[in-house]
Amino acid sequence: MPHHDHDSSLRHRLGRTIRTPIGVTALTACLLVALVAVLGPVLLGDRAAQVDTDAINQGSSAAHLLGTDQLGRDIAARVVVATRLTLRLTLMAAVIGVGGGLLLGVAPAVVGRRLGRLITATVGVLVAFPGLLFLLFLATIFGVGSTGAVFAVGLAMVPPMARLVQNLTASIAGSDYVAAARILGVGRFRMVVRHLLPNIAEPSVLFATQATGGILVAFSGLSFLGLGVQPPQYDWGRLLNEQLNRIFVNPAAALAPGAAVVLTGLMFGLVGEVLAQAGGRRAPQAPETTPQEELGTPPEPAVEHDGGALVRARDLRVTFPGGRQAVRGISLDIGAGEAVGLVGESGSGKSLSALALADLVPHPGRVSAAALGFDGHDLRADPRLGTELAMVFQDPMASLNPALRVGRQLAEVAEVHLGASRAEATARAVDRLDAVRIATPGRRARQRPHEYSGGMRQRAVIAMGLMGKPKLIIADEPTTALDVAVQREVLDLLAEVREESGAALLLISHDLAVVAQVCERVLVMYAGLVVENLPVTELLGGAAHPYTRALVGAVPTMTTDRGTELATIPGRPPEPGETGAGCPFAARCERVRERCHEDTPELTALGPGRQVACWYPVGTAAGRPVAATAHTAKATS
Amino acid sequence: MSSLELRGITVRYGRFTAVDNVDLLVPEGTVTGLVGGSGSGKSTLGKAVVGLAPKQSGQVLIDGSEAPRLRGRSPVQLVFQNPYASLDPRMTVGASVAEALSGGSGSVNGNGSGSGTGSGARSGRRAPARERRPARDAEVARYLELVGMDPARAALTPDALSGGQRQRVALARALAARPAVLIADEITSALDVSVQGAVLNLLRRLQRELGFAMLFISHNLAVVRYLCDQVAVLDGGHLVECGPTDRVLDHPEHPTTRNLISCVPDLALAEEAS
Repeated sequence: MPHHDHDSSLRHRLGRTIRTPIGVTALTACLLVALVAVLGPVLLGDRAAQVDTDAINQGSSAAHLLGTDQLGRDIAARVVVATRLTLRLTLMAAVIGVGGGLLLGVAPAVVGRRLGRLITATVGVLVAFPGLLFLLFLATIFGVGSTGAVFAVGLAMVPPMARLVQNLTASIAGSDYVAAARILGVGRFRMVVRHLLPNIAEPSVLFATQATGGILVAFSGLSFLGLGVQPPQYDWGRLLNEQLNRIFVNPAAALAPGAAVVLTGLMFGLVGEVLAQAGGRRAPQAPETTPQEELGTPPEPAVEHDGGALVRARDLRVTFPGGRQAVRGISLDIGAGEAVGLVGESGSGKSLSALALADLVPHPGRVSAAALGFDGHDLRADPRLGTELAMVFQDPMASLNPALRVGRQLAEVAEVHLGASRAEATARAVDRLDAVRIATPGRRARQRPHEYSGGMRQRAVIAMGLMGKPKLIIADEPTTALDVAVQREVLDLLAEVREESGAALLLISHDLAVVAQVCERVLVMYAGLVVENLPVTELLGGAAHPYTRALVGAVPTMTTDRGTELATIPGRPPEPGETGAGCPFAARCERVRERCHEDTPELTALGPGRQVACWYPVGTAAGRPVAATAHTAKATS
Repeated sequence: MSSLELRGITVRYGRFTAVDNVDLLVPEGTVTGLVGGSGSGKSTLGKAVVGLAPKQSGQVLIDGSEAPRLRGRSPVQLVFQNPYASLDPRMTVGASVAEALSGGSGSVNGNGSGSGTGSGARSGRRAPARERRPARDAEVARYLELVGMDPARAALTPDALSGGQRQRVALARALAARPAVLIADEITSALDVSVQGAVLNLLRRLQRELGFAMLFISHNLAVVRYLCDQVAVLDGGHLVECGPTDRVLDHPEHPTTRNLISCVPDLALAEEAS
């Protein structure tokens, strides 16, 4: 599928989900039960009511498939006929339960704070009540009979449903779009109908349908106990009641209504599953063309050692199901102790390239490479995470376990990878926290991540990387979540750590200025390809690729001319799978010529230590005729 | 054309004072940049102005008087930082913008529902939906065009849009409410630098065309310098410095400001170092 369409309409997804095995089963079961409920009483009503004193308590026979009861009525017919009443009462109870649950669940988000708290507390108390006890209590209040039972079972479902809806609503009510709606003065009713309910739909529907299955069982239970449906009416529970004492004489007669309850209950569960799948983001993907099996590509005979290259990747690719390639064959060399920046727009594949080195590409993605060497080892066979390869991620809160003390988390690295004893590991953890300039490391090691500030957490993560003897630190947007002052500290720390440990650094950032501060060499990625490789000193004025120049030109600085518009890059980068022949940047390039649309330029050498993938690089003979004086890209949009 | 004046705004969460007695004037038709480190209270101040954070004390004055919320709507609109979170994923772009149109699209409007108090008064019946629809769609299209988006995209849900496009929609929604004052809370920090330029150009053009006052919250001093007439610096909930952009950035008086300026990463640094 070269083009990934965004067809996510509910109807479309429902159609797709129904075609799965579970969808087909649920739909068939629904139709079957509905058919029985509608036609059963019409076709078999008389037969089920017919008293035949000549055939009392008979076993199964040709005339009476499941035998007869104590009045000689056909049990099979009665089970079929009871479907309608059972379903009707179940659904009525479900409507009460779901309706009440939604009402009480959504209310705290839209009523005043005090009333909201009262509702939440009440629901909390009711949930704590044992469900069966609550049900029996209500059944006693409402009295014996089907109406009372409907209310009892329905109301018993309200507290758990309300609790679930409350929790779901609370998270939605805290979201930015609800805040935006509040500023706009959107009314309560509209807030609930337009913003809250649609966004809690799937889990609520799933819960409601499963609870409906539970209601069916509970209702049958009440009838079985004689608290529900009263004769001459009968539902499955009532039939079970009548036949259970004869289970050893005529087991089929007792099992049939029980089986009906179980199977219909399962059906409700399946329906919920289908609806939740269709409504949710778990919808099955459109059938995918399986990517060409590369079987990890045959390993090269030996990873050649070229002097000094710590990381050596050749033709590195990251492929997602459907054959979409996010990284489309890049080559990468990082020398020992070198600091390399990897820049590009979001979606350019920069993070995935780095994750591929660490063997951390998320699930459906597959990594392949002609060569992937790290310090002489083949990384494909032997990932080096933990000891020689350290990772620092963007969100330090997400990369530390909030439940564990920071010291413990650091120590774990030494215990697992270096076989250190617990005491040794802890001592080293404190030492490493000290190394990243955390004051009173002994005390800090005993604290949990939430007691750290953002900058300190990022230091702790760096310290974790330093527990081993890293030869390479991969930092993926390490300062994006931090403010400028803390950013400066973390960047200084990275530079310092690099100096002391001699580790190489691969710094991924969308912020060119950050890369310029720390790195020696910059790789610019675009649409899954490296388009330029240049020393950082050339970044500001000497970039050869029009994309690099446009990117640099788009960064507002403290000297940007305020009289003119900011430079922009018109258009957007191609999505994975949208790339065809020609240079991927051609559509946005102001220096584009015919050849750019036809052939894809390879990354070729351009002077010492420089490479560029462009047919007409800026500042070269090939690039001259069009715009020898071309400066930073200035779009007029 | 309105000015925004904040008088003695204080926001407390329990014992923690997030914003402490801040006075600030955003003159009409101008842009004031609000800068500070994380935790300095700049976002909280923005939220307090639109009623999303509980004001302990202080007044928000529009044109010198305390502006009432019209049918629950704040006269100050806010554009959020993260365009991936600020648009309802289940609503089409057009519906999101339509919700902000002054007529609304017919519903119950609770008075002061934003603050969680007040009664839900039912507004009068309006023309049937079928008649209002074309006019509403035309308005939505106008606002989408205003922010440089193809009106045909009104039928899409946000997940089909890129971050920059989502931020344009969020901006269109805020403008459709015809705010007296606009607050932009880090609106480009979740965007790529290539997109950031386009969004900022758009914001500056619209601000000049429509002439609304704007409070521009950002940690990016280069962006603030480009866009703002006046800069206010917050530190620990206190307003420590405020003045014309050139004066504050070229001759900072407060150590916090000086520190912020010295920490701005610069592309040129690499050049000097070599």
